[in-house]
Amino acid sequence: MDDFIAARSQMALSLGFHIIFSCIGMVMPFFMAVSHYKWLKTNDEVYKNLTKAWSKGVAIFFATGAVSGTMLSFELGLLWPKFMEHAGPIFGMPFSLEGTAFFIEAIALGFFLYGWNKLNKWFHWFTGMVVGVSGLASGILVVAANAWMNSPAGFDFVNGKYINIDPIQAMFNNAWFSQALHMCLAAFTATGFAVAGVHALMILRNQNKEFHLKAFKIAAIFACIGALLQPLSGDISAKDVAKRQPAKLAAMEALYKTEKPAPLLIGGIVNEKDKTVKGAIKIPGALSFLAHGDFRAEVKGLDKIPENEHPPVAITHYAFQIMVGIGTLLMLISIVYFFNLIRKRTLLEKRWLLKLFVFAIPLGYIALEAGWVVTEVGRQPWIIYGVMRTKDAVTPMPGIAYSFYIFSAIYFSLSIIVTFLLYRQIKMVPVLYNKTESNNN
Amino acid sequence: MEYVVITFLCLGILLYFLLGGADFGAGIIELFTSTKNRSRTRKTLYQAIGPVWEANHMWLIIAIVILFVGFPHIYTTMSVYLHIPLLIMLIGIIARGTAFVFRHYDAVKDDMQWLYNRIFRYSSFVTALFLGIIAGSLISGHIDTDAKDFMSAYIWGWLNWFSIAVGFFTVSLCGFLAAIYLIGETTDDHDKRRFIKKAELMNIAAVIFGGIVFIAAERDKIPLADWVFKNTVGLTAIILASLSLVLLWYLLIKGKTKILRVLAGFQVTMILLAISYAHFPNFIRLKNGGAISLFETVGPEKTIYSLGLALLLGSILILPFLGYLFYKFKKKEE
Repeated sequence: MDDFIAARSQMALSLGFHIIFSCIGMVMPFFMAVSHYKWLKTNDEVYKNLTKAWSKGVAIFFATGAVSGTMLSFELGLLWPKFMEHAGPIFGMPFSLEGTAFFIEAIALGFFLYGWNKLNKWFHWFTGMVVGVSGLASGILVVAANAWMNSPAGFDFVNGKYINIDPIQAMFNNAWFSQALHMCLAAFTATGFAVAGVHALMILRNQNKEFHLKAFKIAAIFACIGALLQPLSGDISAKDVAKRQPAKLAAMEALYKTEKPAPLLIGGIVNEKDKTVKGAIKIPGALSFLAHGDFRAEVKGLDKIPENEHPPVAITHYAFQIMVGIGTLLMLISIVYFFNLIRKRTLLEKRWLLKLFVFAIPLGYIALEAGWVVTEVGRQPWIIYGVMRTKDAVTPMPGIAYSFYIFSAIYFSLSIIVTFLLYRQIKMVPVLYNKTESNNN
Repeated sequence: MEYVVITFLCLGILLYFLLGGADFGAGIIELFTSTKNRSRTRKTLYQAIGPVWEANHMWLIIAIVILFVGFPHIYTTMSVYLHIPLLIMLIGIIARGTAFVFRHYDAVKDDMQWLYNRIFRYSSFVTALFLGIIAGSLISGHIDTDAKDFMSAYIWGWLNWFSIAVGFFTVSLCGFLAAIYLIGETTDDHDKRRFIKKAELMNIAAVIFGGIVFIAAERDKIPLADWVFKNTVGLTAIILASLSLVLLWYLLIKGKTKILRVLAGFQVTMILLAISYAHFPNFIRLKNGGAISLFETVGPEKTIYSLGLALLLGSILILPFLGYLFYKFKKKEE
């Protein structure tokens, strides 16, 4: 394996892994806090047990997310030293703030997990909230750093030198808001659907129905609100990308030729050699509208961009299709769910709806990963858009393939162990959280 | 602001050694505990580090972020030439971090525990060893930025007698710190005696390995003795460390736990100070006789200013909260 490809694969793998764990670690605390609040208000033991059960999930995911995050902070340098040498001082601001937020999160988690019966109950609840809020803040900050790579700001690049560095301006680059919003909603949607789906499965299996139904309802609300808002944020992102990174937008839609008006392609097989797309459904003018808010506007195609600045089109296009497809599906599920809530139908009778949620367990995360592929692969060949190419940033050390293999093995086994642990947690719910037994930590 | 940032960097590294190091030490202690006592040790250990577990490891992140934002040249030089030991250390961090949490949160306690325990113990050892190797390599002067071949660029920079000796020295220090912390965590007399014994053994090991570090330095032509003994700060630090060693043994026999912790922390701090003071602000010594200094590679002014501000702001938020965490979960011993 080529060192450059190995380095990119390792980075992609590490990020792909970290994203799932950190999203769960950042969203689950909010579910936990809602359940905790309900326990404090209603004194219903089920909510207390639910909070405890979820908090164990959070602990597992937080620890895994924390170590994979530590790993990433080193990997940036291990794999892309030339990038970090220049970029570190420019886009480091969100990272240093993220360090703070993450630290607070870790402390608050310590309080929360070990604070049962030791702290004032509202302070205890508050520490749980702090876990969520600081987790969310870290997420936003890290995405802001990534956004800088897509939309470099806060420095002047003159004769190969990076001068007039302004880290604050770099942090508030043009892409930070749209990217962070999209990411946060995605995290809530994906985690919400995954959690709701798992509990739906248990309801369908007639296990601890009361416990799982309460859990399902909390998670489903977050999931569905997220899924309904996501298209709006997607629209903001699309317009933003059209303005800043026309190459990425063109690759997302496999738009090889500049068109006016430009159609939106759904599906299709991309042939990168012939620069054609076969078998796609075309919606006339829709891409023009998506990108510029006008059905007749011109959309820049890849023909307007130098060949050596083209991102891999097929991957970007497929990933984009997967993301949008799943997003639409989840939005429809949400509409059905809300419709049911308004009509006051009892969920337990609607087994098909629960089955739909079970089906959706992995979907949110697939969409989330696909979205990251769109933004990262779509940025290629640049590591700092328009300034530094990815291949110029890679480490001079040979043999990266081996470290890629090692990390693949590690992440693979970690995923298996974590899945296995969750399976066991869920299996043990009837044993651990019987109503009679209240304290079992 | 430069000084603020550098202070935080030193503080981050120091606290990682003291707190994170003690966590590694906990695994090391477990490794060297007889099978029949292991589950008791494990329980005490969990009570001791459970609540502060995650927080202890944040110091590494703080230090590394300061390096890559404020001193990118140092960060990238380390990443390139110490790629392999860093990688091994990271694998160790991942393995022990996850194993520690998994073994506690696995809802079913069965044979899997055997696996988690093994991973936790061995990876604690490896992580501490490589942390020491990395620290040793930075000052060993073996890092060769002009190297033309693979071995001298990526291997000999860290695979030398001195670095490895520092690695084992670090392992014994971590074990020592952990044993000292653990003494105060248990109320059981039998356990207490066991931990005191461990602390004594680890301390002896640290002294022996400390000696080996000097021998290895001599062999690799590193003027370690000059750094430590030829300036007042280094000399004072080493004298204080030795004096506290005597005091420490006395208190150990008496079983005074609280002051022991402070003293052990003080001792390790003094050792770090003695080794590093002589070449401050140089962070990495190179084979060609040059060095990479903190002051010369410091990032642009605006970056340092905002980094320093972020750190100050962060510590206003973090320190009271962290202090309360330690207070709340540590006060129970009385």
